[in-house]
Amino acid sequence: MIRGTVVIAHDVCKGCELCIVACPQECLGLSDHLNARGYRFAQLNADTCTGCVNCAIVCPDSVITVYREPKKKGSRL
Amino acid sequence: MENSTNGLEVVYEKVPTLTDTLMHYCPGCSHGVVHRVIMEVIHEMGITEQTIGVAPVGCSVFAYNYMNIDMQEAAHGRATAAATGVKRVHPDKFVFTYQGDGDLAAIGTGETIHTVNRGENILMVFVNNGVYGMTGGQMAPTTLAGMKTTTSPFGRDVATMGSPLRITELIANLPGALYVTRQSVHSTAAVRKLKKAIQLSFEYQKLNQGTCFIEVVSNCPSGWKMTPVESNQWLVENMFPVYPPGDIKVPKPPAVNN
Amino acid sequence: MGSINGTSETKLMKGNEALAEAALRAGMQAYFGYPITPQSEILEYLIIHGPKRGSVVLQAESEVAAINMVYGAAGAGARVMISSSSPGISLMQEGISYIAAAELPCVIVNVQRGGPGLGTIQPAQADYFQAVKGGGHGDYRLIVLAPNSVQEMADFMFDGFRLTEQYRIPVMILSDGALGQMMEKVTLAPDGSLPLTQKPWATTGKPASRERNFITSLHIEPEMMEEVNLHLQRKYKELQKEVRYELHHTDDADIVLVAFGLSARICEKVMDLAREKGIRAGIVRPITLYPFPSDILREIAEHAGAFLTVEMNAGQMVEDVRLAVNGKKPVFFKGRMGGMIPTPEEVLAELESIVEHQLLHA
Repeated sequence: MIRGTVVIAHDVCKGCELCIVACPQECLGLSDHLNARGYRFAQLNADTCTGCVNCAIVCPDSVITVYREPKKKGSRL
Repeated sequence: MENSTNGLEVVYEKVPTLTDTLMHYCPGCSHGVVHRVIMEVIHEMGITEQTIGVAPVGCSVFAYNYMNIDMQEAAHGRATAAATGVKRVHPDKFVFTYQGDGDLAAIGTGETIHTVNRGENILMVFVNNGVYGMTGGQMAPTTLAGMKTTTSPFGRDVATMGSPLRITELIANLPGALYVTRQSVHSTAAVRKLKKAIQLSFEYQKLNQGTCFIEVVSNCPSGWKMTPVESNQWLVENMFPVYPPGDIKVPKPPAVNN
Repeated sequence: MGSINGTSETKLMKGNEALAEAALRAGMQAYFGYPITPQSEILEYLIIHGPKRGSVVLQAESEVAAINMVYGAAGAGARVMISSSSPGISLMQEGISYIAAAELPCVIVNVQRGGPGLGTIQPAQADYFQAVKGGGHGDYRLIVLAPNSVQEMADFMFDGFRLTEQYRIPVMILSDGALGQMMEKVTLAPDGSLPLTQKPWATTGKPASRERNFITSLHIEPEMMEEVNLHLQRKYKELQKEVRYELHHTDDADIVLVAFGLSARICEKVMDLAREKGIRAGIVRPITLYPFPSDILREIAEHAGAFLTVEMNAGQMVEDVRLAVNGKKPVFFKGRMGGMIPTPEEVLAELESIVEHQLLHA
């Protein structure tokens, strides 16, 4: 299973939840507490992220940076 | 809980053609996604230095705060006229407009039709969310029959307020229209298709063979009084039947030489 | 630029065509227009001669579209001109307000016709207020030049482009149907006698070497919008040094005619007729209607007995003359409306009655 993760700019996120419904692994959720602008923000709730980028693609505010395990050396991308 | 990123490589991040200014758009608004996709294409095609955008009045009136390229803010309904002025004096540059439905299909209808009829070599990005968002959710020409807005509070009555205006089909009939497509950003797959359409449009612009026109059927969580997730479902069930996504006019292959 | 026009030439030309030719010689790079009598020759002339001499020439679908094309092209750094006549200029007012707020240089030619409404196609001066008091929404002014000959129709294209690019204030050339349609001898300056200027603020595509440019008139924070207004007002004060006018025999005049454009030519005849009758008449001809030549009028009011303003409208510039004279001396008005041109005789009659009733028995 490819390992990946996301870094979310919690203070920019508006809690619209579009990334949450887009995530095939269902590993995103809304925080309990609010960010500085008064929004609950998206966060990683499980480590099943595969770095598939779905969440970042639907994010209206570009708050998600996606990381993924590099392919084994020599394998064609 | 954040997984550590060591040993992992970045596969997706914000492009430099987007500024760091926080977007004023409501949570979950399609505008943010459409802005991002256009700016990703401009960055990835390496045409940041050759592109000029024109955004008129509407929710996207502040587009120039977010798009890190040379931009003009035009009067309501007049973006394609301003873009015509820009393109005519800089024929070698990429020019696009970014307009809402009130702007492009109400006050700017004359400019929309004549810009396409002249085959102006620009890209017109048309965000259709069925309401005037910036001013608080009034009825637009594209408001659906029976749809409630602040100026059709009992639902749009076709007998007195006319039917939803399918401007995209209307301009597709003009010979000047080279590439006409209707897309959306309600899902990951849809966003990918939109990105392809925008990329294609900028490629076509190099050929100088007519106007490219992309309608993006979009949501308006605040205007429709729904959550962002609900609005994207509502969009599929209600907007798509009237504004079906898909290519409406695609140039014949010889027009594309790559 | 075509070199065929590399030398200055003297020709017999129609006002509209002389203006169009001068615009090309003055380095115009884009023109947007729309047909409307009595100025369509400008568009027709430029469609023939413009493109081959390096200028974009486009007939728009409306004057509203045309003025917004000007906004785009001017914002992208081009030297731009647009022309129309009264009703068309009214359609452009919103666009002009945007252009003024965004400080975009351009020249707007109004070949006036009789109004209001559809009016007539005969010459008139009833757009004076619209031209000099801003015209559209918000506090802004245009630099307004008023030609009164085919020669000035040509010359003011050069002055217009120079001033608008120097101050980044739109310039309006306030002409009329007679000046546009009549033919007179005109000497045309050579191509390239007005070099293009640098516009680092223009949207030409953002090179890596600079921050992005953006053209806007939107400043949602009132503090910012007030700053923009204060900046514009400072510029308008600076304009005072660009005031231009022409004087005829005002040093010994008992009664001074004040008139611009075509009306001023009529007043020259009136002045001669009056002087033949022993009435010492003089003329002040404002050439810049904004900035308005108030100082010279105030100065003349020291010794002149009265003023008679002559216009082809219901009395518009007369208000600015009164403001300038400020009650020191009486200011009278004689005008014709609806496209009628006042005759020298009727103006002379008005002048004589003023002299009779006001000056001799005052």
